[in-house]
Amino acid sequence: MELFRTTNIDWLGKKWYFLGFSLIFSVLGVLSILFWHHIPLGVDFKGGTQVRVAFDQAPNEDHIRQAMDRAGVHDARIQRVSDPSGHAANKVIIALPESTATDQSHDAGRQSVESALSANYHDSGFTVEQVEIVGPTAGKQLQKQAWLATLYSLIGMLIYLWFRFELIYGVAAVVAVFHDTLITVGAFSLTNQEITLTVIAAILTLIGYSMNDTIVVFDRIRENLALSRRESLHDVVNRSINQTLSRTVISSGLTFLTVLSLYLFGGEVLHGFSFALVVGILIGTYSSIAVAAPMLVAYQDWRVSKGKTVTLPAGKRAKV
Amino acid sequence: MGKNLAGKSAFIVAVLVIFCFGIVGIPHGGLTQSIKDRIHLGLDLKGGTHLVLEVHVAEAIASATDRDVARLEADLQKAGVAGATVGKTDPSRPQTIIVSGIPAAKLSDARGVLQGSDYANYDVAATADGNSTLTMKLGAVRDLETRTLDTSIETIRERIDKLGVSEPVIQKYGLGENQILVELPGVDDPARVEEIIQSTAKLSIHAVTGGPYETDQAALQANNGVIPPDSMLVHGTGSAGAPDQIWLLKRVSEVEGTDFRDAQPGQDQNGRPNIRFNLTTDAGNRFYNYTQAHTASSATPGSMAIVLDNKVREVAGIQSAIRDSGEITGAFTQQQANDLSLMLRTGALPASISYLETRTVGPSLGAASIHQGIIAAIAGMLAVMVFMLIYYRGAGINADLALILNLVILLGFMGYTGSTLTLPGIAGVILTIGMGVDSNVLIFERIREELRAGKTAAAAVQQGFAHAWVTIIDTHVTTIVSAMILFLFGSGPVRGFAITLAFGLFANLFTAVLVSRVIFDAILQKKERGAALSI
Repeated sequence: MELFRTTNIDWLGKKWYFLGFSLIFSVLGVLSILFWHHIPLGVDFKGGTQVRVAFDQAPNEDHIRQAMDRAGVHDARIQRVSDPSGHAANKVIIALPESTATDQSHDAGRQSVESALSANYHDSGFTVEQVEIVGPTAGKQLQKQAWLATLYSLIGMLIYLWFRFELIYGVAAVVAVFHDTLITVGAFSLTNQEITLTVIAAILTLIGYSMNDTIVVFDRIRENLALSRRESLHDVVNRSINQTLSRTVISSGLTFLTVLSLYLFGGEVLHGFSFALVVGILIGTYSSIAVAAPMLVAYQDWRVSKGKTVTLPAGKRAKV
Repeated sequence: MGKNLAGKSAFIVAVLVIFCFGIVGIPHGGLTQSIKDRIHLGLDLKGGTHLVLEVHVAEAIASATDRDVARLEADLQKAGVAGATVGKTDPSRPQTIIVSGIPAAKLSDARGVLQGSDYANYDVAATADGNSTLTMKLGAVRDLETRTLDTSIETIRERIDKLGVSEPVIQKYGLGENQILVELPGVDDPARVEEIIQSTAKLSIHAVTGGPYETDQAALQANNGVIPPDSMLVHGTGSAGAPDQIWLLKRVSEVEGTDFRDAQPGQDQNGRPNIRFNLTTDAGNRFYNYTQAHTASSATPGSMAIVLDNKVREVAGIQSAIRDSGEITGAFTQQQANDLSLMLRTGALPASISYLETRTVGPSLGAASIHQGIIAAIAGMLAVMVFMLIYYRGAGINADLALILNLVILLGFMGYTGSTLTLPGIAGVILTIGMGVDSNVLIFERIREELRAGKTAAAAVQQGFAHAWVTIIDTHVTTIVSAMILFLFGSGPVRGFAITLAFGLFANLFTAVLVSRVIFDAILQKKERGAALSI
């Protein structure tokens, strides 16, 4: 079976559509980050207390709120847990603000939730399944680590691509990956889902994945440039994208299948993680074709317009 | 070629066997049990408590310099330098001691003491107003910090071992300074654990020089508005059920922390919980001399206060000389008496501790996560395998075999290295399935291309692998870079994810490149010259 035998699409000719598409999504995300939901941070980064409670029967959120209020816990955020198929589980996440978890006393928030429920909630029994308490120091520390990890992996890849190809390849790939990260974080902001530690892990994975995809196209560009030195860069890039299109679609499709299975069956604990990957893999595949490759050509055109020598970024010859 | 192929096949089978052994070991008591013994589950899967603590090392430095202040006062006295005051003024600089009011005539004597070998840990500087400052050297401060952190870890480990938690992790937490990571599998009541870890359990016995007073003001008035420099005011209850009162105690203790050899919970004659303690021989002798000199019948009768974590727990008159055993009766519950004697047995923490992170997962959530993770993995894997079979026909079998071997090697790696499988780690396994098949797709697509260009089956396979190899190396390196960074910056579950991702990638390099190649070569060898390849 073959889906794509010989495609001959002028990808670069559509670059203005691509630019428009990328701009719309990036700008939407950035606007939401700046003015709407901001970046919704999970308890890992924001600090505070988060208690996951499993009830024996379907919980009544109003009763839980009343139980909390009666015990003097007024600023709790109560959220019913649902699995990805939309089924509401008999589980509730009760989150208390940062002020409940200081570096000196940690357990007060959890105790107040537990005692409020056992004293005032009479609908059914309950068990506390998970408690996460992050103090202000740890929250800041984790935030810093997440930023550094993302930054370092981008720098690491830039250096590797610089060494294996040429600087402009590295820059184009990093810009594409940054574009993916921005849109994914934007998607979290638009849907108001919390960014947790595992979501950061997913974002770093998708940085690696999107980089993969871009490299496959770049590798082919490099190979084709070495073979045919007379063809214009524009044509070489188009041909390379078309030649690798079959692999791009099938590989991304299969990875997407596994990630989708994770999203559907992996349980609500991994919800954010798999959501990031579902969005990221779609965007990452798109960006290798629509952002990274056109950037190479745009750079070349810019050099020509500046009257500089036409140096096809053929890079070092393919050698291993 | 034929012989080479047999050798490679044998090598692959050997690898398969070795990694299968890595997963299950020597089978015993059922397959699931064998796997559980080899693959360690993270706290998020088996339930437990994860804590990150910070040790306030500055306190240890402050108490070290406190001791040196007392020593320096005595040394100056001995050297005949009268009238000098030794002290610390700035609480934010615990490493600095200031000596002021040295009479001009005694300056050289004083300098001799300060620059003596006893204070080699300090940099001595004279200030303009004739004072001298001693600042602990940076190296000495670092040493003390390291020692404080190590002692804290040891103490916490002993306390947790006594609680009977199996396979706890207590180690330096590399992500922040002076932090400790504590992981307790199977413990889902963090409140009691916190109490036991956090209590510094600083126990000491001090001579009482005044009190009790009702308020701080009353205490000051009784002493003409000045607390003597060798004394301190301490709050506490004094005896069970008594209201909060204040005592004036000697700053230097008679016995403290390390002087206690053993402590056991018990009950006094009225059935109230108490703690019986024993002192080391050396401390026992000192304590005997002190109590002997201050018994009720002596010329200087005195009383002593038992101070725990800067609170007076009990004040008692000295009835007779005590050598090496005694008891503390405070307002304890039995649980408190038990916990407290445990802490006294394991020694005091050198500095107090605060909590940065607490995460607890109950066993039911962990079990549900395992279940869901396995279902997601199987569903994802089946989808990928069926697609490969349909799309690449004969070669699809090849890819599917490589995929299964990839999984075996990945899990075997984890079994051998004792790595921990976390929930994000399971996600990593699932992702490896998706990304692992990418190498096969790259190779197969390239072979198809070469076939379309009119090459023979053998040449197409040869060329396909050669070209795809360059790309495969590049893509794997970049993903390994992100896995490594995740490992360095992540903790707990995230680290588990980085581990499975990295192992999966290495396993994939082996299976996609070597194993598929051998299968292709084997097929080509059986085929007639020029026969078509099923791809």
